[in-house]
Amino acid sequence: MKNKYRDKFPAKNPDGTNQIDLNSHKFIKVWQGPNHPGITGNMSLELILQGDEVMDCKTHVGYLHRGFEKLMERRRFIQCFPICVRIAVPEPDFNEYCLSSTFEELAGIEIPEAAKWMRTLLLEMTRLASFLMWIGGQSAAFGLGVIAQWGNYARDLMLDRFEEISGGRIYHMHMIPGGVRGLTPDGFEKRMEDNLREIEEIMSDIDKTLFNNAIFKKRSVGLGYIDPEIVDKYGVTGPNARAAGIPKDVRKDYPYLVYDKLDFDVITGKDSDAFTRADIRRKEILTSIDLIRQIMTRMPKTGDFIAKMPNVLHWKIPKNETYIRAECTRGEFGYYTVTDGSKYPRRINVRGPSYTHAVALMEKLAIDVNIADVAGLMVSLHTYPPEIER
Amino acid sequence: MDKKDLKKRTVTTPDGKKIEVDPMKDYFSQAKPKIHKPGKTVFEKFLDWARAESLWILGFGTGCGAIEMRPLMTPRFDAFRYGIQWRPTPRQSNVFVIAGYLSVKTLKRVIRSYEQMQGPKYVVALGSCTINGGMYWDSYNTINRLDYYLPVDIYIAGCMPRPESLLAGFEELKKLIKQGKGEGANIYAEKFDWYKNNQKQIIKDWDMPDYNW
Amino acid sequence: MKELIKRLEQNFQISNIVWQRENEVFLTVEKTDAVPLITQLNHYESFTHLVIMTAVDWLEAGKFQLTYLLNNNEIKADIGIRVLLDREKAEMKSIHHLWVTAATYQRELHEMFGIDFPGSPRVDEPFILEGWQEIPPYRRDFDTKKYSEKTYFPRPGRSTNDPQEYMKKKLYPEESE
Repeated sequence: MKNKYRDKFPAKNPDGTNQIDLNSHKFIKVWQGPNHPGITGNMSLELILQGDEVMDCKTHVGYLHRGFEKLMERRRFIQCFPICVRIAVPEPDFNEYCLSSTFEELAGIEIPEAAKWMRTLLLEMTRLASFLMWIGGQSAAFGLGVIAQWGNYARDLMLDRFEEISGGRIYHMHMIPGGVRGLTPDGFEKRMEDNLREIEEIMSDIDKTLFNNAIFKKRSVGLGYIDPEIVDKYGVTGPNARAAGIPKDVRKDYPYLVYDKLDFDVITGKDSDAFTRADIRRKEILTSIDLIRQIMTRMPKTGDFIAKMPNVLHWKIPKNETYIRAECTRGEFGYYTVTDGSKYPRRINVRGPSYTHAVALMEKLAIDVNIADVAGLMVSLHTYPPEIER
Repeated sequence: MDKKDLKKRTVTTPDGKKIEVDPMKDYFSQAKPKIHKPGKTVFEKFLDWARAESLWILGFGTGCGAIEMRPLMTPRFDAFRYGIQWRPTPRQSNVFVIAGYLSVKTLKRVIRSYEQMQGPKYVVALGSCTINGGMYWDSYNTINRLDYYLPVDIYIAGCMPRPESLLAGFEELKKLIKQGKGEGANIYAEKFDWYKNNQKQIIKDWDMPDYNW
Repeated sequence: MKELIKRLEQNFQISNIVWQRENEVFLTVEKTDAVPLITQLNHYESFTHLVIMTAVDWLEAGKFQLTYLLNNNEIKADIGIRVLLDREKAEMKSIHHLWVTAATYQRELHEMFGIDFPGSPRVDEPFILEGWQEIPPYRRDFDTKKYSEKTYFPRPGRSTNDPQEYMKKKLYPEESE
């Protein structure tokens, strides 16, 4: 809650920031991260405190920079796939999808119907897994560690299904240019249904223990209010924008794969604080479960799952550029790919939603927040550092 | 961090006195690390057993391998039953899990955290990228061999290793410690100049003290 | 969308229009026209969302291509605006007054490509790299493999497994590149 004496001290600069003089002994500078248990991933916040309230915040990123965009420039198109998944670890499938569909669009390849359904299934599963992991982070940031254990356990159930499909728990690399590596194995539906039921049970427990929890409500209601006016100026997308009442959802606005055949609603809120964002993500989890059920009943069980491809080792794509977007758990995820007619991509640029959320938006929202709530605020924006610096 | 905060300067204290501070010297010890020769007695064996059974990991997810540490903390894999738990500060922990690739910027923080840990301390290198660079062997920002900068006790290969293989790795580490082979802190002290030289070669922006304890 | 482009063509020097999809178009604009065009699209045509802002290095032509991708969520359309800059003295007007996040993009471009954006907040501060002394790493003439081999003590044995060499030697011995 905002301190009512805050408009008297410190004085404001003309641009609205606080006037800070560290030598006056009225402020203290604290670094949160990179080695900090409350931070999601590996980034640091340079906080200037007055009492226990944040007066100024600067984000420092770059601890996870691997130079993917440079590395992909010196790899052939098919060689990009093993490394592109490592950009966003909780949701690797979005990298696979966006990269393969930019290549397919630039090379003019149409993927078979079964592959489209399979890709949608994988994307929804990875959304579900990532949201469940986020629940763990959010509750742990507010001191409710047990719910974090449930969330992570539920995520593990999804990872088991991924392992069954693709052989990998974290990195699947199941989508390749032209389609997917295979369809679902025998008996997959039943095991998936069992898991979905279990996750639904866990979600109803989480609803009781987290969303009706006095501690969680008291700390998250009113925290990190995003004004709907600034949504475009700060490039806010995904659940953060939907919590502000703006129905932005790439799955509805620019339907990709088979999302136009599925039945779901865009979930919006109106209070735009950390609690609303959490509530929207809870409803998104239930939507994802519903979507997975829809996909499982309607997807073709047999048929072609990969289009006829040229020899991918010698694959040349004509000179062109394109941008493909998808709705990941954090917002709009996109790949901008430029080719120059050779065997190597000219440039691949990744738009991670955290890029805008964790730097500019975080620096704005952290002002006047209590230092104990900074970690919770950060998790409520659902930032993930590797996609900022790539 | 502001570079000017690290320079020698005069500050006024709240009660009006003027004092000189040199952050690089005043706040840190100037002594090189010492080698603590382990004894060969039964008591030392007992200590090794005790150390092996309480591996306290520094909660610093340095790379993408940290994502498989979360399932380890949950009931399904439950590392706590092996005496493994996560601590928030380097002063309380004795195992440093390097979770995957290290960018140069992180390596600097890792070295600081490692030096602040109490000995005997162990380094577990997780993932192929700590062995030879793995996926990022040609990247301009990630190191290739971790053992040039920190003494590594055990490698867990894979990209990324499953929670089961992490548990197996910790079990191997326990065996090493019980045999009295977990001498990472002593090796670091012995070859201190070589490690420092390697670290300084790649961390171009060296603005931290040489001895972080 | 087509009318919009026609309207824009009357006021700005636009060339090389490519319709990538029905609702996604890429066009090249003169350097001096770029910021006025972006401002008009933002203020009057409700292209209010800056999706990405990035650069492509065309080393052979000696140019940097700066790409601004703007999105209009009302008519569900994207416009990609390409601006060609001289590679030697790369400088561009800042658009941080339109989008706060543009400052972050510009900081990254300044660090990774060496394109200068005078007036953009904190543009000279290091963003991702720390203590970088070489040429900006995303430029095409920076060889990341060479730099890595020179700097990071590569473990011997790795070089024989370079996939490109392996493919050339083992799978396609007849192919010479």
